[in-house]
Amino acid sequence: MLQSRFKMPSREELKKRMDNIPDNIMKECPVCHATFFSMRAGKQRTCPNCGFGFRITAKRRAKFTFDSFNEIDSDITVPKQYTDEKYMAKVAKAKKVTGIKESVLTGIGTLDKMQVAAGIMDPFFVMGSLGSATGEKITRLFEKATDENLPVVMFTASGGARMQEGIHSLMQMAKVSQAVEAHNKAGLLYIVVLCDPTTGGVTASFAMQGDIILAESHALVGFAGRRVIEQTIMKQPPKNFQKAETVLQHGFIDAIVPRSDLRQVLTKLLALHQKEDANG
Amino acid sequence: MVKKTAYERVQAARSTQKISTDELIHGLISDFFELHGDRSDGDDQAVIGGVGLLNDEPLTVVGIRKGSDTEENIKRHFGSPEPEGYRKALRLMKQAEKFHRPILALVNTPGAWPDVDAEYHGVGSAIAQCLQVGMQLKVPYISMIVGEGGSGGAIALACGDKVFMFEDSIYSVLSPEGYASIMWKDSSKVAQAAEELKLTPDRLLESGIIDQIIHEYRPGDDLKPLRDFLYNQFNELKNLPTDELLRQRRERYRKF
Repeated sequence: MLQSRFKMPSREELKKRMDNIPDNIMKECPVCHATFFSMRAGKQRTCPNCGFGFRITAKRRAKFTFDSFNEIDSDITVPKQYTDEKYMAKVAKAKKVTGIKESVLTGIGTLDKMQVAAGIMDPFFVMGSLGSATGEKITRLFEKATDENLPVVMFTASGGARMQEGIHSLMQMAKVSQAVEAHNKAGLLYIVVLCDPTTGGVTASFAMQGDIILAESHALVGFAGRRVIEQTIMKQPPKNFQKAETVLQHGFIDAIVPRSDLRQVLTKLLALHQKEDANG
Repeated sequence: MVKKTAYERVQAARSTQKISTDELIHGLISDFFELHGDRSDGDDQAVIGGVGLLNDEPLTVVGIRKGSDTEENIKRHFGSPEPEGYRKALRLMKQAEKFHRPILALVNTPGAWPDVDAEYHGVGSAIAQCLQVGMQLKVPYISMIVGEGGSGGAIALACGDKVFMFEDSIYSVLSPEGYASIMWKDSSKVAQAAEELKLTPDRLLESGIIDQIIHEYRPGDDLKPLRDFLYNQFNELKNLPTDELLRQRRERYRKF
């Protein structure tokens, strides 16, 4: 009888070997379920099989989206009135992970020599939730854009209101909305890029107020949370009911753009809206 | 103001004994004529709107309302508007602007109706429009929280020049039940959640979220004092030049 030369390693031995494999070496795409080496996602962090864009920090996005990006209002952060320990710990951790002090990065970017006021929400900063300082930064961005005759591009990614800041979080929806409207009344262009996930109070305000609303492929876009809806209708909602592709079908998005094409599409749209008297 | 804990206030705000949006409209407004539909695809029963007179001055009123019995509550989704409801309200508010009528918005809602169709019909977009367009209307715009003022579904119609609240009413970013379940995964801590949310009129007045607390009226009460109060408030706002009105409204929300 042949005897296998292969000796099954012991459980302990296997466990030891597993521990030697670095974490995150492989990635699975949540959309097409392809498994691939993480490094293949590239600097834009997209699935090499279907193009799905993974959640990324605002800083990373700024880097590959714009030719140059000058951050503004970088010191605005959670107001001192909030002292809850758990909340503060969350914020501290978020600052470390994202390298920014609130859930949105704002600044002036350039694309093909065109200037644009840009806001990029960071899904890793307390889930990109809408804190008072988030609202303040976005409001200031729109005010600056209105003053300086600049278009705005806003990348949204948010779990919605920031529960820890209560009613003040809700008020940001109103505060930002009126800054958006002032910019609108000045005849300036506002482009939204809905990123995964855009939900709650952000969806119900500036994410849906753009002249042009784009979305990254397969991004989750909705208002109410899936669980809340499930409890209301007492059954499972359809699988993709809050996917960007579904929202497009219902007429609330202008176009779905894969992350790899965004730079090109934004450049084109900005160029189409350049005023003759711009740049002097 | 009767002293109550935050949670007692929540319960009072939700009480079926409370004066309803419909009763307020009929008690405050004479010659009320209801206008239906969003001119797009529906007529949401949770939102009532129309024109009428407030002490002989024409105005537009929009309101989010609960039902008085189960049947009505089912039709009105317990006071939770669908996107069509917000679009109806916005349509009527724009109409008010055209005819230079002030706007009274009454709010009694636990929040927008969370179901699949509401998502398909763009509830987020509908609320966003109410905020963007509603806040710039060139006519006096007063909001009153009647009972519950829940989340984005409430602020959609609570972004006027003045925001008043009834004594037994609440206004918050989400329900105390939702807050308890998100923060502590324990929906039984509702009372604690109500405290932490600072959702009672007195706390909200302190932080400048609202402008004044209105004492409770029971169903059947004479609403003349409230009518006169609102009439005076609208008159003060009417006397402002439009630019100043809009500047003050902007300032009101810019400070948050």
